[in-house]
Amino acid sequence: MEHLVIIGNGITGVTVARHVRKRSDKKITIISAESEHFFSRPALMYIFMGHMRYKDTKPYEDWFWEKNRIELANDFVTEIDTDNKTLILKAGAKMQYDQLVIATGSVSNKFGWPGQDLPGVQGLYSLQDLQLLEQSSKNAQRAVIVGGGLIGIEMAEMCLARIIPVTMLVREKSYWDNILPQRESQLITRHILEHGIDLRCETNLKEIIAGADGRTCAVITDTGEEISCKIVGLTPGVSPNVAVVKNSKIETGRGILVNDFLETNIPGVYAAGDCAEIVTPEDERNKIEQLWYTGRMQGKALAKTLCGERTEHVRGIWFNSAKFLDIEYQTYGFVGNVPREGESSFYWEHADGRMCLHMVYNAENHQLVGVNVFGIRMRHNLFEKWLSEKRTLAYVIRHLRQANFDPEFFTEFEPEIITHYNTQFPGQKLHLQGRRGLFNNIFA
Amino acid sequence: MTPIQIMHSTHSTHNEDHFRLFKTIGLAVFFVGILVFISSLFLGDYQITQQSLQASEDRVSAERLQALQPLIGTTFSSKHNALAQISSAIRAADPQIDDYNLGVTKFWILKNATTGLLKENTFFYFLLSVILAAVGSLLYIVPQFYEGLPGIKHNNIWFSTAMARGAVGITIGTLFIGFYVLLYWFPQYIVNLVLLFDPVSYFIRDLPADQWFLYGFLYTLTIIVMGLRMLAKYRHSRYHIIRTFSIIFFQLIIAFLLPSFLERLSLPSMDLKNAWPLNYYFFTDWHINSLWGGGTFGQFIFIWGMVLSFIVVPVLTYFYGKRWYCSWVCGCGGLAETLGDPFRQLSNKSLRAWKVERFSIHSVLIFAVVMTVMQIANYSSDGALFANYTWRVNQAYSFLIGAAFAGVVGTGFYPFMGNRVWCRFGCPIAAILGIVQRIKSRFRITTNGGQCISCGNCSTYCEMGIDVRAYAQRGENIVRASCVGCGVCAAVCPRGVLRLENGPAEKRFNLPEMQAVN
Repeated sequence: MEHLVIIGNGITGVTVARHVRKRSDKKITIISAESEHFFSRPALMYIFMGHMRYKDTKPYEDWFWEKNRIELANDFVTEIDTDNKTLILKAGAKMQYDQLVIATGSVSNKFGWPGQDLPGVQGLYSLQDLQLLEQSSKNAQRAVIVGGGLIGIEMAEMCLARIIPVTMLVREKSYWDNILPQRESQLITRHILEHGIDLRCETNLKEIIAGADGRTCAVITDTGEEISCKIVGLTPGVSPNVAVVKNSKIETGRGILVNDFLETNIPGVYAAGDCAEIVTPEDERNKIEQLWYTGRMQGKALAKTLCGERTEHVRGIWFNSAKFLDIEYQTYGFVGNVPREGESSFYWEHADGRMCLHMVYNAENHQLVGVNVFGIRMRHNLFEKWLSEKRTLAYVIRHLRQANFDPEFFTEFEPEIITHYNTQFPGQKLHLQGRRGLFNNIFA
Repeated sequence: MTPIQIMHSTHSTHNEDHFRLFKTIGLAVFFVGILVFISSLFLGDYQITQQSLQASEDRVSAERLQALQPLIGTTFSSKHNALAQISSAIRAADPQIDDYNLGVTKFWILKNATTGLLKENTFFYFLLSVILAAVGSLLYIVPQFYEGLPGIKHNNIWFSTAMARGAVGITIGTLFIGFYVLLYWFPQYIVNLVLLFDPVSYFIRDLPADQWFLYGFLYTLTIIVMGLRMLAKYRHSRYHIIRTFSIIFFQLIIAFLLPSFLERLSLPSMDLKNAWPLNYYFFTDWHINSLWGGGTFGQFIFIWGMVLSFIVVPVLTYFYGKRWYCSWVCGCGGLAETLGDPFRQLSNKSLRAWKVERFSIHSVLIFAVVMTVMQIANYSSDGALFANYTWRVNQAYSFLIGAAFAGVVGTGFYPFMGNRVWCRFGCPIAAILGIVQRIKSRFRITTNGGQCISCGNCSTYCEMGIDVRAYAQRGENIVRASCVGCGVCAAVCPRGVLRLENGPAEKRFNLPEMQAVN
């Protein structure tokens, strides 16, 4: 029987295993040193915040693996011998494979700051990071988070939940403005401030200093300020975890190099998820997408390939989501932080400053390019449909009610949005069509 | 770029300090109230006099009062001794007396024999216990309307001793269980507590309080107070605000005040929203007789009860799912959604629990249906069919299901197994609604494309123990018999993946044809 070995039990590795099991009878082994069972990485924050226990973050009950004949090896791969199709494990044991999937995820970035390896300094990626934070948070009078991305704001929220005051050092002019357009970035920045987080924009970390106990006691910023803290969260992004292939014949760049079929340079060896770097000859920069959804979609495509139906990974119409403290964010299509050439924007913001809708469209033919929405939920399937059908901004605005996914009885903002649209485009007098809710959506 | 302004500075430490002070005082006041309430159990002596016996005339037959004459002039300081003496005096006169009648006799004789500080100041003690505890709770709860920013408030729940089966949780559960055991099986031991409610009972319905008035009053008060907590916690969510108002309305007006006023007018009274088979005595001979014999109004109530149970319930469930009843109207559901909300995460989400649930809830349904068939056969044959058995089956059901399951386990186990133990594992009307909801209904929880991150908040906070995530992460809609539509899964989802909605019944199970869906 063919043996499929998957290194890494995150969303990518597990999706591969599940879909291969649906399609074949292969022997499947998943190796992970991090945890015995698959858990939801984006849920790590909720364990620390006391919303869930670790066991609640496991998407499948523990009997699931045996029932589906997926073997779990709580081990660490030290070496991959692709010539003999053999893995060397930590204790020296060997494991043969016929197909190998590398789905080792990411590691937190560190940029050579003095003191970055002190106890009390950490990123937030793994279960082990969570245990570290648990230890450091005892008697912590302040935490300093360095870096403004999604993990940074999660760490800040975690500390707030435990009543630990937070200072955030952000390189950019406002929160995440290298990804978010200016107005959205400011909306979130205001929300961060109203939560009592001491946000320092355009401020960088210079060094981290230790106290008499050898643990972190303060950071010094590039403005020369010293901020005392017991916790330093380093969250300036993550990089592909390629350590396991370093001494093998598998080619790497920033990540493990693969083609659109997620095949590496070695036949029978594949990489997917955070650790994979998809070579794209036509673009100047290869693709690395460190996202839950990407990992899941790649895992599903790769499972087909592994079972004999060679399948390209297609990301399709872009979508993503996040939650910044109390504000939910969804995005469909492409919205850059600055408009690209030939693109225009329609922007509406609610008076309370916690909700907004930003639509980017082609200035010439008015086709929708992408949407950012904060504080309102929108239907994924409808936006995927509208974007692939190349609907115009006016069409989408007119039908916006049908895309609303907020709970029943929530205030409808579509009338306000369409009024705003009609003011911005005085020539047009759009009227809302249809009603909110499922009935209308299905017969739309 | 424009300078960034702080628009809402709710987070001044000054305010938070005030909140903490209010909450601490509130908690202290609540404890004083509870302490006075519990200690009232031990206040007073029991003196049987001519007057005290006469006071029970409406409830206890003249022969039995006669049998108690020898006890006149006796004063007991112990409830237990008093009850033993009353018992033996009654039994001596009527050796055939059944437990139910003996219990009623003991309850009223002892209640009316109570003397002392409590008896002389019932209203004062009522204020000092029940009302004080409510005021304390409000002091604790009202600041929550202004605390922090609107949004999900689940921080540190699993570190809480009350909400994660810690010492406080176990204590609360034990007190609940103790209360229900006394209420159902030993009401004669809580006559002093019942006395506290006499003034308000006379005020509302011009009748002395019995244990059921005490229970109804506390139940309603709890739903109002903890409903306010719900309103504060979910002040960002209009679905929950409206739903909570609905629960409070149905409990306060329909379940408590309306039947009380009907009693005041000496009309047949019924909780007009209590549908068969949750109302398991609807078809018993005494109930039918009391309604049918109660004039036009009684007949109206009887017909309404039939219409409610067999037309309104299934039709509304077809249109809106079982939520319209279970989390908007029902009293058991109302308590679960208010008092029970802090414990919702304790429900078991395993596949095993789901199997147990299906077996147990449908067993209770079969039990209820068999019992009802017997009741109807017995009634329509004038007692010829199943004669004595009907009564015995009724007794067994009311003991096992009505009291032990719905009461002791249903509420007493909130801090151990979550707030919907009864609704999930036992309630026969939930079983019927569930069958309708699963087979033919327009209700479902829609999953929003591929946006699920499998975090597990939805499953964790599902009070019915549905593994919501198992569906959401595959992009499937959730169509489950047990879902009561509380709306919390959709509220706690950090990615906006879930929406409770009604739509064409046929397409509920369809997967959206999307690449993003797993």
